Amino acid sequence: MKILISGNEAIAQGAIQAGCGFYAGYPITPQNELIAYMAKQMPRQGVFIQAESELAAINMVYGACAAGARAMTSSSSPGISLMQEGISYIAGAQLPAVIVNIMRGGPGLGNIAPAQSDYFQATRGGGHGDYHLIVLAPGSVQEAYDLTQVSFELADKYRIPVMILGDGILGQMMEPVQLSVKKIKANTFKKWALTGCQGRKPNIVKSFFLREGALEEANLKLQKNYEIIRKKEERFEGLFLSDAKVVLVAYGTMARIAKSVISRLRLAGQKVGLIRPISLWPFPQKPFNLKNKKVKYLVLEMSYGQMLEDVKLAVCGRQKVEFLGRSGGGVLSEEQIINKVKKIL
Amino acid sequence: MEKIFKRCQSLYDLPTHYCPGCGHGLAHRLVAEVVDELDIREKTIGIAPVGCAVVAYDYWNFDCSEAAHGRALAVATAIKRVHPQNVVFTYQGDGDLAAIGTNETIHAANRGENLSVVFINNAVYGMTGGQLAPTTLLGQKTSTSIEGREKKAHGYPLKISEMLALLPGVCYVERVSLESPAQVLKAKRAIKQAFENQINNLGFSLVEILSSCPTYWGLSAKESLDWIRDVMQKEFPLGRIK
Amino acid sequence: MAKIIIDQNKCKGCLLCVNFCPKGLIKKSVKLSKQGLNFVEFDANGDCIGCMQCAVICPDCCIEVYKE
Repeated sequence: MKILISGNEAIAQGAIQAGCGFYAGYPITPQNELIAYMAKQMPRQGVFIQAESELAAINMVYGACAAGARAMTSSSSPGISLMQEGISYIAGAQLPAVIVNIMRGGPGLGNIAPAQSDYFQATRGGGHGDYHLIVLAPGSVQEAYDLTQVSFELADKYRIPVMILGDGILGQMMEPVQLSVKKIKANTFKKWALTGCQGRKPNIVKSFFLREGALEEANLKLQKNYEIIRKKEERFEGLFLSDAKVVLVAYGTMARIAKSVISRLRLAGQKVGLIRPISLWPFPQKPFNLKNKKVKYLVLEMSYGQMLEDVKLAVCGRQKVEFLGRSGGGVLSEEQIINKVKKIL
Repeated sequence: MEKIFKRCQSLYDLPTHYCPGCGHGLAHRLVAEVVDELDIREKTIGIAPVGCAVVAYDYWNFDCSEAAHGRALAVATAIKRVHPQNVVFTYQGDGDLAAIGTNETIHAANRGENLSVVFINNAVYGMTGGQLAPTTLLGQKTSTSIEGREKKAHGYPLKISEMLALLPGVCYVERVSLESPAQVLKAKRAIKQAFENQINNLGFSLVEILSSCPTYWGLSAKESLDWIRDVMQKEFPLGRIK
Repeated sequence: MAKIIIDQNKCKGCLLCVNFCPKGLIKKSVKLSKQGLNFVEFDANGDCIGCMQCAVICPDCCIEVYKE
C-alpha cells in the first residue's frame, strides 16, 4: 500500500512498524508532526509520554530501553543539545535507543528553517566520553521510513544508540511511501534488561565503573563493538563514479539537490558523479577509493563544513577536496552548485 | 535460641563504603527489609541516585538501574510504564531530588506516576565534599556556605515534600527520621506504606527520611542523631504531610 | 535469655549500638578491625534482654540477635 505522507510522519510510522514500544518527546519545530503522530498511534501498541523537557524525554528513553523496550525520542537541534547528557549515558550503558534529529538553523535558538549543522554533534559525540552513535541520513521520505526500521534493528543488534539525522525540509515534505507489509511485535525480553530478577541473578544497568581498571575495560568493550560496526555497517549510494571528473558529496536533502545538478550537467555532457553517504557514522570509506588521481570532490552541505572533514579524512590527500556550503537556514541552489562545478572543472 | 534479627535476603552480605554512622546504611537495609516482607524481590526494580548512594545497586539483591544526576524519576516513569506489574522505586538524595532533579520530580509527581520514592535528606552534599544543599538549614556551615546559609545569598531550606503534597497525583507524603531505633522502625513502616500504595495502584508516594551525615556535619554518629532530633526536625517536622 | 553476635569485620565503630543498649552491654574494643577501626564487643555474661535496639540502629547490619 502506498500513502502520501510527510517525512516526520514516515519516521513515526516506521517506528510503529518496527515494534516501537515507547516514545517520549517534547514539541519543537520542525518535528512536531512526529510527536503528534506518535501521540495518536503509539498508545495502540505501547507507551506515549509528552515529557516535561527534552532532558526528561531522553532519560525516559534510557529507562524504557533499560526495561527492554524498543524506545525512541525525537527532537530538533536545540532539543538534541539538551539530550546530550542522556545520550552519553545511553551509549555508556550500552542501551539500544533510537534518536531522531530533524535539524534546524543554529547555533542557539537559531530559526526553524532546515540546516545540516549538527553533523559534528551527531558524529563527534555531542555528549562527553569516547562513544559513537550509528548515524543514518535518509534522503527521501521513503528512505526515512525504511531507515527508521533499520535503526531499531541495528540498535538492538549492537546495543548502541542510533540517530536518524534529517532536516526540516525532509521532515515536512510529503512524498509517496510504500508501506511494509509485516509489522514487528517487539518483545521486551533481553537477557540484560530490567524485568524483575525472577529466575535469575539481578541485572544492573549502568555506565559507572569505579573500580580500578573497570572503566577502561568497559571502554575497550565499546571500542571493539565500534570496530565491528565500522566494518559491517557502512551505507552509501554512488552515482556515475566510474567516469566522473567531479564527484559531488552530499547527504540528506542536499543530495537531492545534487542529483538534480547531476541530471542537468550530465545532459550537458559534463562528467559529474555523486557519493551520497547514508551512514554518517560509520562514515563510508569504500566509495572514496577512486582510482582517478585527477578527480575533484565537491562537498555540499547546509553547514560551513562539517562532513567536509570526514571526506578529507577518507580521501586522505589522494585528490583535491573542495567545498560549497550555506547555513543558518540558507539552502544551496542548483545554480550556485553548477557555477562552482564549472569553476572546478 | 531463636535468631530474631538477621540480615534479610535483599541486602547483600557486604561491607558498605558509607562512613561510620551514615544514614544510608540504615535506609538501604529498611528498603531491603520492606521488599522482603512484601515478598516482591523478584518484581522490584530500584533506581539509584548520583551521590554517596550511587552504588546502592551493589548492595541490593534485585534489578537496579543507575540514573543521571536528578533524572531518576524520568527513568523510573519509563520503566514503570513499560512494566506496570513491577514495583519500581527511586532512592534519591537532596541534590538529586530537589536541586538538579526538581523538574523531573515535580512532573513525575504531577502525572501521578505510580511510583515509590525514598528521599534521603541529610541537608548537605556528601559525595562531593559537603556543599550547600537545597535542604541545608539557615546558619548551617558547608563548604559553599562558609559563614553559614544566609537567606539573601542562598535562600531558605526547601520543603519539597510539602510542595509535592499540593499535587493531586500524589497520594502519600510522610517525613520520618533515623534518629533513634523507634524512629527507624517508624521510617520502615512509612517505606512499606509507600510500596504498598504502588502495589495498590494509588499513585505517587514519597517518604522523606531525615538522615545523618556525620562527616560533613562535623559530629560523631550519636551527636548527628541528636542534631536530627533537636535541630533538623524543628525545620523539617516529622509526620504524615499527605 | 538473649544474646547478640557482632560481625566485627563489618563494624565501623560508629558506636551507635553502644549508645542505645539499655543494659550497657556493648563496648568499644581496644582492638582494630582489618579496616583499622575500633569495632565493638558484646558482654556475653550480661543480662541481654533481646530488645534489638542495637541491631535496629546499626547502619551496617552487623548485629544478629538471638532470644529464647
